[in-house]
Amino acid sequence: MWTAILLACAGCYVLKLAGLSLPERVLSHPTVERVADLIPVALLAALVAVQVFSNGAALTVDARVLGLGFAVVALLLRAPFLVVVVGAAVVAALARLV
Amino acid sequence: MTDGVLSPAERSGIIRDGIAVGVATGAYGIGFGAVSVASGLTVAQTCVLSLLMFTGASQFALVGVVAAGGAPLSGAATALLLGTRNALYGLRMAPLLQWRGWRRAGAAHILIDESTAMGVTRGSTEAARLGFATTGIAVFVLWNAATAIGAFAGEAVGDPRTYGLDAAVGAAFLALLWPRLRDRRNILVGVLGAAVALSMVPVTAPGVPVLAAGGVAVLVGVLSKRDDPTEIPGVDDVAGGHA
Repeated sequence: MWTAILLACAGCYVLKLAGLSLPERVLSHPTVERVADLIPVALLAALVAVQVFSNGAALTVDARVLGLGFAVVALLLRAPFLVVVVGAAVVAALARLV
Repeated sequence: MTDGVLSPAERSGIIRDGIAVGVATGAYGIGFGAVSVASGLTVAQTCVLSLLMFTGASQFALVGVVAAGGAPLSGAATALLLGTRNALYGLRMAPLLQWRGWRRAGAAHILIDESTAMGVTRGSTEAARLGFATTGIAVFVLWNAATAIGAFAGEAVGDPRTYGLDAAVGAAFLALLWPRLRDRRNILVGVLGAAVALSMVPVTAPGVPVLAAGGVAVLVGVLSKRDDPTEIPGVDDVAGGHA
């Protein structure tokens, strides 16, 4: 675990420093910019899906789906981050009590 | 771009904005700390991520992959993919900041969504530097303090399922994703990425499905013709930015 953490930390710093240091023409290409914009969208969506609808090895549906439902409503109502996250946790915990 | 000395009122306005963003971001830090220990990382590992990686989405991604049972190195790869956008922020900020040597090395560490948003809109190098640095430092201090608080609180809770903390992880990712779902192509990529990841869950090792979703982004990005300049976060896109 520590190896992965330190490697990722070093890599993320190199990416930041490269952006500030490299001449613009190296990275400034329409395709590169498009891909870099879309990567967070695809990865975050995949993380939501895997986090809520799987147990790591198989697809599952449980109380976490209700938590996600709360999060969607809270985001539509422009609730702050903590309300979205804590509310989702509370909804899932209550669903498990019932 | 006009160069000149900022008036004291302009300076304190920029500093106030930066601190407001830092305070608002602290809320995310508490969430990260709690989610990270709920995912199985120790308090020390959680705090090192906030200190050294210091880019929220990548940190959430690493612990999210680990929480889903993925190998730590899959988590690291996902974090690096998400970190690529910081390089593009750097391209945009470099001509504005005009820093060299150790200042640039220090600036790189605080090069994140929030500092970019609060620096990129300024009209002069002096104002860009002040906005970037005060926001970056305020976020760094409060994000790390909040991470520690969240991590100790999460550890005290024990089994994450008891209080639904496992559900909080998905909600946190959705909240990070939400502001990016403004145009149709992004929504399409999000839906495709989620579908690809879920379809691979039963047949691959944990952690791989999320990386595979990155392939969707590459494919759509390469095939798409539409001109699309880098989406630099605006002041309204970061927590507390419009306060």
